[in-house]
Amino acid sequence: MAKLYSKKKLASQKMKPKKETILFLLNYSKALSIHKVGNSSFEIIAN
Amino acid sequence: MANLVLPDAVLVKNYISGDESALASLIERHQSKIYGFIYSKINDRDLSDDIFQDTFIKVIKTLKSQSYNEEGKFLPWVMRIAHNLVVDHFRKAKKMPFQRETEEYSIFNYMTDNSLNIEGQIISEQVETDLAKLLDELPADQKEVLVMRMYQDLSFKEIADLTGVSINTALGRMRYALLNLRKIIEKNQIILTN
Repeated sequence: MAKLYSKKKLASQKMKPKKETILFLLNYSKALSIHKVGNSSFEIIAN
Repeated sequence: MANLVLPDAVLVKNYISGDESALASLIERHQSKIYGFIYSKINDRDLSDDIFQDTFIKVIKTLKSQSYNEEGKFLPWVMRIAHNLVVDHFRKAKKMPFQRETEEYSIFNYMTDNSLNIEGQIISEQVETDLAKLLDELPADQKEVLVMRMYQDLSFKEIADLTGVSINTALGRMRYALLNLRKIIEKNQIILTN
C-alpha cells in the first residue's frame, strides 16, 4: 500500500474557538440579565 | 438537537424569550465562519479567541436588552461586530505597539544584556589586579590621592582636607600619579583593556 505523505493544508481545517471560550459565553449568557428602567438599563450578573 | 434545523431568526427569537440552548445552537452553527474570519485578520489563536468572545458578549448583551432588530440577518450582523472589534484591536495595537514572540521574531534580537560574560569578568578582574600592582609602584603621596579620588570617590577638596595639603597640590599629585602610571604602562608594555 502506497503511503500518502502530503500534509493537509492548515487553511483547509475548520478553525474553531476553544471549548472554554464557548463554555464561558454560554455561562455568561445564563448569568446575565438586563433590566430596562426608563432610559437606563441595568446589567445583573448572577454568580 | 431540534434547534439545528431551525432558521437563525427563530433561534434568535427563542433566545430572546429565554431559551438558552438557542444561543448554543447559534454559536455552534456559525462559530467556524466567525472565528475563521477573525483569525484571517489577526493570525493569533489566543487573540482571535478574545475577539470571538468579545463579539458574542456584544451579541448577548444586545439580544438580552431587546435592542436587536435585524431579523433574518444574524450572521452578517455578528460578522460586522467582529469586524469592528478587529478594527478596534488594530487601532489599539497602533497606539501601543506590541510584539509577540514568533518564529521569525525573537525578543532577544532586540534585548541585550550589558553585563559582562564570564570571559569579560575574568579579564576585568585581571586588569584590576594589574592596576593595583601598578599603583604600588607610585610614590606614596601620589598613590594616596589617586586611591582617594578613583576608589573612594572623594572630591579634591575632601582629599586636600584629609591629607592636609592645598587643593592645587592634591590636583598636582593626581596629575603626576596619572602621568607616572602611563609611563610605567608604556615602559612595561602592559595592555589594560577588556
